[in-house]
Amino acid sequence: MDGLKQRIEKAVHCQPQTTVTILSSLLAVEDELGYIPREAVEEVAAFNRATINDVWAVVSFYPNFRTVPPCEHKVEICWGPSCHLVGAMPVVAAVLEAAGLEDEGDTPDGRLTVRYNTCLGACALAPVMSVDHQLVGRVTPQKGSALVSEVLESQEERAE
Amino acid sequence: MAASFWEIRDQAAERWQDLAAGETPWIRVGTALCGQAAGAEQVADVIQQELEKQGLKARVSRVGCLGLCFAEPMVDVLLPGRARVVYGNVGLDQVPELVASHIGRGQPVAEMVVGCLGDEIGDDLPDLQQHPMKVREQRIALRNAGHIDPLDIYQYIARGGYEALNRALTEMTPAEALEEVNTSGLRGRGGAAFPAGTKWRFLAGSNAPDKYILCNCEEGDPGAFNDKGILESDPGTVVEGIILAGYATGANHGYIFIRHGHDGPIDRARAAVAQAYELGLLGEDILGTDFTFDLEVALTGDSYVSGEETALMEAIEGSRAMPRYRPPFPAQVGVFGKPTNINNVKTMAYVPEIIARGGEWYAGIGHEQSTGTAILCLSGTLNYTGMVELPMGINLTEVLQDVAGGVPGGKQLSFIQTGGPLGGVLSAAATDLVLDFDIFRAAGAILGSGGIIAADEDTCVVDLTRVLIAFCQYESCGKCFPCRMGMSHMLEVLERICRLEGTPDDLALMRNIGENMQAGSLCGHGQLGFNPVASALRYFPEQFEAHIVDKRCPTGRCQVPHFSPRLSRR
Ligand SMILES: Cc1cc2nc3c(=O)[nH]c(=O)nc-3n(C[C@H](O)[C@H](O)[C@H](O)COP(=O)(O)O)c2cc1C
Ligand code: SF4
Ligand code: FES
Ligand code: FES
Repeated sequence: MDGLKQRIEKAVHCQPQTTVTILSSLLAVEDELGYIPREAVEEVAAFNRATINDVWAVVSFYPNFRTVPPCEHKVEICWGPSCHLVGAMPVVAAVLEAAGLEDEGDTPDGRLTVRYNTCLGACALAPVMSVDHQLVGRVTPQKGSALVSEVLESQEERAE
Repeated sequence: MAASFWEIRDQAAERWQDLAAGETPWIRVGTALCGQAAGAEQVADVIQQELEKQGLKARVSRVGCLGLCFAEPMVDVLLPGRARVVYGNVGLDQVPELVASHIGRGQPVAEMVVGCLGDEIGDDLPDLQQHPMKVREQRIALRNAGHIDPLDIYQYIARGGYEALNRALTEMTPAEALEEVNTSGLRGRGGAAFPAGTKWRFLAGSNAPDKYILCNCEEGDPGAFNDKGILESDPGTVVEGIILAGYATGANHGYIFIRHGHDGPIDRARAAVAQAYELGLLGEDILGTDFTFDLEVALTGDSYVSGEETALMEAIEGSRAMPRYRPPFPAQVGVFGKPTNINNVKTMAYVPEIIARGGEWYAGIGHEQSTGTAILCLSGTLNYTGMVELPMGINLTEVLQDVAGGVPGGKQLSFIQTGGPLGGVLSAAATDLVLDFDIFRAAGAILGSGGIIAADEDTCVVDLTRVLIAFCQYESCGKCFPCRMGMSHMLEVLERICRLEGTPDDLALMRNIGENMQAGSLCGHGQLGFNPVASALRYFPEQFEAHIVDKRCPTGRCQVPHFSPRLSRR
């Protein structure tokens, strides 16, 4: 695999669309690496002829940007009103418990990120969560916690 | 020299004929967001595997949203010369039998059928058009949704796509095209219901050399998925609508603006744009005329306020999505400092049909000043959840009881929430009104983008109001004080009320905060942010009283330990 610097450069320099901005560059880095390392802030600033400050202003505004490497898996749970009304909170509780977390965030071993989401767009099949970007609708607390166990196990197998 | 429109059209018709009336069965699987959430991608894969395993031949396409999202995964099968059979709730384990029976032996599996489409429907299977969710529908913007492969521009063209553009470019002046939209009475579907023709005139009136058309698919409203649904199901009608808007207003650049991470709408919009370029429907000298229009997909990060028109321009320029002061208005100084017009996805999606059939035709549908249709997203405690397109003027109670099939489990409807988090709630008793922007507004709700979330008797309106304000607090961009602090303060008060620790003064306190937000906020987020609370107080004063004075939550919801994501933006 390329080094971090090469991957950042490739993501920033090879954006397919015509309109290239600080935000589009950061989104390209996020797609490539899953986070925005300090090196990327510098590269994006240089590429867009902006200051480090300008770039940080954008990174810190949009909560989808993280500044530390991502965990291996990511689970998102919707707490939007459609999901809330049909039982999102018990799902949130079950998922957090299965992940061993108190609130959204990363597990200490870096295996799983749990994030809240305001609407995953499948409200007709609420409650909704997503596991590694795969949507799952009509989820129950049991299902949510089973899905978490499943992704954690799948990784254990790979590690063996 | 690019092919003429009619040459392209003939090719498209040939391809469609081959698909829809050829020798090979055609299987369509709904893979819009709801389909995905129900596992439709896996169903499509397994169908493919089963066909191979059983040595059967069929084409498999991934299509968009037919509207009956509650029945996802949906699979529909078209055998040559037969009616199209639509299956619902297809489980992975049912696929082998479905394939063997329907494709192999020509025998539909009756128990799984939701309904049939087409002229050759026998007596043994139900007609899908008679389904409660379908029977009152009039599909204009959604005319192709669920029928075509959104990644294939020829399918859009075969069903009449780009005919309006061809007609406008060759037979109409820009002013005539604009006049059709004006006559149609089309109003914006992004929230404020502003007349599209009027807004287009502002832009047409500027003779600056560079002008922009923006199409807003930020769609951060929880409970709304119709913008994403349209882009996923039929991106062609949106792209064509944008090009027509460019022609009518003399603009030559456009952006479709989508939130990063929604890969379905993003990929399908990008494909529709790329294919339109290939066929000479975008770019220089479109269809051999001297009209030039360039269109691009631009992405934003997670930020609800980036859907606000001026914040959206900041995001396209690559900055923090914080609204700008107005004036100058976008039609004077918009994105990159150039005159700009911005419309919602649904607004744009209507335009090709308006040009094709005429503004008078569109104006003849609907109710008074709300012409055309409403594209509703039905979610919450309803039997039939999904996306429907109904003529304006239908009674909302009928929508809830008939179209959506009422509340499951024999429960009573308590209230509905419409128009996104900045909209309002309506008590069940107040739903005896017709779909109409102005009537909704008078009732304290917003029809807006068309999200309708239903809540049954087991839910607590105070609790839901808390969730809505939690959303508004989380999403405040922070540029102005009344909104940033007001939302946090209001959320604190609502949390205290939900913990049954509220005091009688809290209601006046919330009104005070709300008035200040309304008066002192820069954008609609702060200005409208009190709506959910105001409407809940208007229809359910006794519920607040029960929490504050009697110290009890009538439905018990607030005794369940709950959390409010108390997140600042970082
Ligand atoms: C906080 C806020 C968020 C908004 N979000 C959206 C959105 O997601 N999609 C949208 O079309 N309009 C949104 N709007 C409305 C837009 O500012 C704008 O009015 C609309 O896109 C214009 O399109 P229309 O005239 O076709 O309705 C939002 C407004 C505010 C104040
Ligand atoms: S009203 Fe709220 S969202 Fe709008 S600009 Fe002010 S702080 Fe930002
Ligand atoms: S509100 Fe949960 S998916 Fe939309
Ligand atoms: S998403 Fe499939 S019918 Fe709506």
